[in-house]
Order: sequence, then C-alpha cells, then structure tokens
Amino acid sequence: MIYFDHAATTPVKPEVLEAMLPYFSEKYGNASSVYKLAQENKKAIDNARRVVAQLLGAQPNEIFFTSGGTESDNWALRGIASSLKEKGNHLITTKIEHHAVLHTCQYLESQGFEVTYLDVDENGLVTAEQVAKAIKTDTILISIIYANNEIGTIMPIAEIGKVAKEHGVIFHTDAVQAVGQIPIDVNRQHIDLLSLSGHKFYGPKGIGALYLRRGIKIPSLLHGGGQERGRRAGTENVPGIVGLATAMDLAYQNLERKNTKIKALRDQLINGIYKRIPFCRLNGHREQRLPNNVNFSFDFIEGESLLLLLDFEGIAASSGSACTSGSLDPSHVLLALGLPHEQAHGSIRFTLGEDNTREEVDLLLEKLPPFVQKLRAMSPLYEDFLRKHS
Amino acid sequence: MYSEKVIDCFMNPKNIGEIEDADGVGTVGNPRCGDIMKIYLKIEDNIITEAKFKTFGCGAAIATSTMMTQMVQGKSITEALKITDQAVAEALDGLPPVKMHCSCLAERALQAALWDYAQKNQLTIEGLKPPESTTEEPEEKSIEE
Ligand SMILES: Cc1ncc(COP(=O)(O)O)c(C=O)c1O
Ligand SMILES: [Zn+2]
Repeated sequence: MIYFDHAATTPVKPEVLEAMLPYFSEKYGNASSVYKLAQENKKAIDNARRVVAQLLGAQPNEIFFTSGGTESDNWALRGIASSLKEKGNHLITTKIEHHAVLHTCQYLESQGFEVTYLDVDENGLVTAEQVAKAIKTDTILISIIYANNEIGTIMPIAEIGKVAKEHGVIFHTDAVQAVGQIPIDVNRQHIDLLSLSGHKFYGPKGIGALYLRRGIKIPSLLHGGGQERGRRAGTENVPGIVGLATAMDLAYQNLERKNTKIKALRDQLINGIYKRIPFCRLNGHREQRLPNNVNFSFDFIEGESLLLLLDFEGIAASSGSACTSGSLDPSHVLLALGLPHEQAHGSIRFTLGEDNTREEVDLLLEKLPPFVQKLRAMSPLYEDFLRKHS
Repeated sequence: MYSEKVIDCFMNPKNIGEIEDADGVGTVGNPRCGDIMKIYLKIEDNIITEAKFKTFGCGAAIATSTMMTQMVQGKSITEALKITDQAVAEALDGLPPVKMHCSCLAERALQAALWDYAQKNQLTIEGLKPPESTTEEPEEKSIEE
C-alpha cells in the first residue's frame, strides 16, 4: 500500500513503540505511589513533560497531558470561556477550524457566548488585521488553527499572537497539524494555549497535550485523584505520554532536512498534477502551506469515486466530498475558500510522510490522469461543459 | 464499507454514455449534494430497449446507475416503474446507510426520464408523477450532525 494520508494519522515509529513497551509491562507502577517502581514512572512522565515543554519553548509546568487534540481543544475553549465569563462573552475564531474547535464554539454559543467566525481568503488565510478588527471590549479568547488539516494553509500565528497580546486577549491555537512539522515557540509567537496530538507525528493515538501559559487559570477538566497538578485527574497514560514525547523529540530532529525532502515530493506532486491534468486547482496557499499537504479540486468529478479508484491500486488518500463524510454538505473548509459546491465535492487530499518516496509519487502521477479522465467521461457536468465549449 | 457487487459495478460500470436520439432523458440531483444522475432511455412499443447514464457522484451513485440501467433494459414501462431504490440497493447486496440517498437518485432519475418520454409523446403513464425540480436546494443544514 502507498499511504498518502498522514494528516489523518501516522504509524507509530519503531523507536517510539520501543520506548513505550516497558511501560505496559515491567514498568507498570502507578506514578502516584511511593515505591521505586512507581517513582520510575513519575520520572518518565516528568521527563516527557520536559521534552514537550522544551520543544515548544515552554516550561514543564505549563504542559498538561490529555487524551488528544479534541480534548485539548475542548478544554482550552470551554475552560477560558468558563473562567472569564464575568469579563466578557465574545470569542473569535475562523471558518476553517477543525470540528473539535468549531463544534465547541457552537456549544458555547448555545450557552450564551457570542462567537465571530472570521472569513478566510481564497487561500485559506486570515490576517492579523482581521483579528484586530474583530476584537471588542468583551472579547475573552481568540482561537485560530495553526495549520489547516485539509488544505495545509499556515496562519500568521506570530502576528495574530502579537495582536492578541496588544489587546490583552488570550490566544489559543489548534496546532495539531503543525506540531512536528513546524518549529514553534510559544513565547516568540505570543501563544497562550496550544493543542497538540501524538498520532499526527508518529506517536500513539489517544494522547495529546495542552500548553497553558503560567498565570492563566482554567477550571480542572476532570476532578479526581489530583494528577496533572489537579487539572486533569486520572491515572496517567504512561506509555502514551512516553510515546508522545519520544515521537515529538524525533519529529524535531533533523526537521529541516526532512522538510526539504517532503517539500520536494509535495512540489513534484503539485507540479505533476498541474502538468498532466487540465481543469484542476490547488486548494490552500501555494507557499504558506504545510510541507506535506497537497489538496486538489478536479472539475466535473466527485472526490470519493476518485478515492475508490486509487484505493483499488493500493493508494490511500482522503477527500472533502460530502459522500465521504456522511453529510450532504462538502467540507466547510473548501466552501469557506469560496469554492462552488461541485468543486468542493471534487477535492482530494494527499498528505505525505517521512517514508514516502519519489517512486511512489511517480506512480500516483501515472495513475491519476487516466482515473480523472475515466470519471470525467461519465460525468454529466463534463458533458455539459464540452457542449458549451464545442 | 461497500459490498463486492457495489465495487464491481463501480469499477466496471456498464451503460455509460449518451443516446443521441433518446426518447426520454431525466436529470436529478444537484451539485450541492454531490450527486447528479442523468439517464437516457430508448423506448419502443412501451419497452425500454436501451438505457444509458452519466453520473457525477460517489461510488454508490455510480454503482446504482450501472445497476439501474441494467435492470430496466428490456422491461416495459409499467415494470420499470416498479423498480425502487430499495430493489436497486438489494441487487447490489446492500449499501451503507449513509449512502441510501445516493441510490434514491437512480429511482428518481428513471422516473424523470419516463416523465420526459410521456411529456414528449403526450402520454399519461399510470403511477408516474412529475419529477421534483432538480434545481431545488435541499434544506439548509447545520454542520452539527
Ligand atoms: C487540526 C486538528 N485539530 C484537532 C484534531 C483532533 O485530534 P485527535 O484526533 O487527537 O482528537 C485533528 C485530527 O484529526 C486535527 O487535524
Ligand atoms: Zn453519493
């Protein structure tokens, strides 16, 4: 199989698995206990927290382990909303957030909060000026996705962070797709809260973290035995925490070299598609984009059918078409770019990983054009188009 | 998630194309929902002698188009009207629940094509209703679902 869906999830690296394994068996102690077996685990957690903190330019006591990106996003938004509700009830976000943020915002709206969903431009960008304009006296939180999971567009996070700081508003970013691919410094970029998830950078699933700047209070997410300094109780997922930290550490080693390689594959794919297939467009910003993201809309055809043809050849990718999501509407991200519905339905996303090769991209480039042609040949939209232009 | 039959009908679709001098043509669906189906029929002495389709849509939509056009071939109009989306789905060994809406299109496209035939020939066909407007937008849905 050729796997081009690394934004969905990544395989756990062997080194990561190896680091995790002892914590399932011989090092099974509960980190809260006093004996030596337990203390070793406490040390492992402390160490993991230090690693994650250091890679974000944060302090260890600003890192809280969670069950993943969704939990971190929920906690960040609901936590700030709850602790600052006396101060104000207005939040600012964008139209292209992941559902973990979007649906949390909708929940907060149902609880009486007001949310501004900023428009993005045709490349998926919001500007710091847009954010500044949307800030009101009762704004308590700005939450902007660091890099979009569908189209790969990277937001001007440092500039937005600066605006937030100047206005005294707390700034959260969903960095689930960015962590492990982009160097992050929470102080330089004025980030107050940040969500990340282990399984997007070759770590295990079901483990993530929330960075919370010291001095910012949010209510405990889970009440119980006092773990995570009382903020998120429950016996720690030690193998997961160790796995996350090991994977994150590995991800940031030789990052530039790895990114150079992945970007080359990405650009080979983008240029190759443009060269071989007419009537298509790259979705997302051409330069300010994740090193591994390629997202195309192919006119006149629907994404899922193209995915199926590729799957039959052992090529795994994903699409923003409605028919894959179970709802009738195509991706809210593609619609927010201003794409007409048929183009949004005709989108397909390839996200590359460290192990993908030139040969695999070559193979995709060889398979893709006849598949697109095959589907166009059976499309009534293409028939209409040809008739109009003949 | 798809049955082998669905995959087969999708990978090896039959009856793709247009019929230049079709006796009935029906188009249903719209770009908004992501599936558009166009069916062409050739009808002689009340018998459907040829059926072809063009479909913009997912695997299920293309598979049901293939199956539907195969099922109507050689049938009388009355018999063809009895083919429901349920029957098409069954002939495909079932469709995932989220895909049932795609199979509804096949039934509606067939009826639209027969309606077109009836209109052109000033016939009334028992049990045949005019197709719903195809340009109609489905109801606004929130992303929460
Ligand atoms: C941008 C973004 N935010 C949040 C999530 C959710 O993360 P998790 O799967 O760890 O809950 C994802 C993953 O799908 C994502 O891509
Ligand atoms: Zn469909």
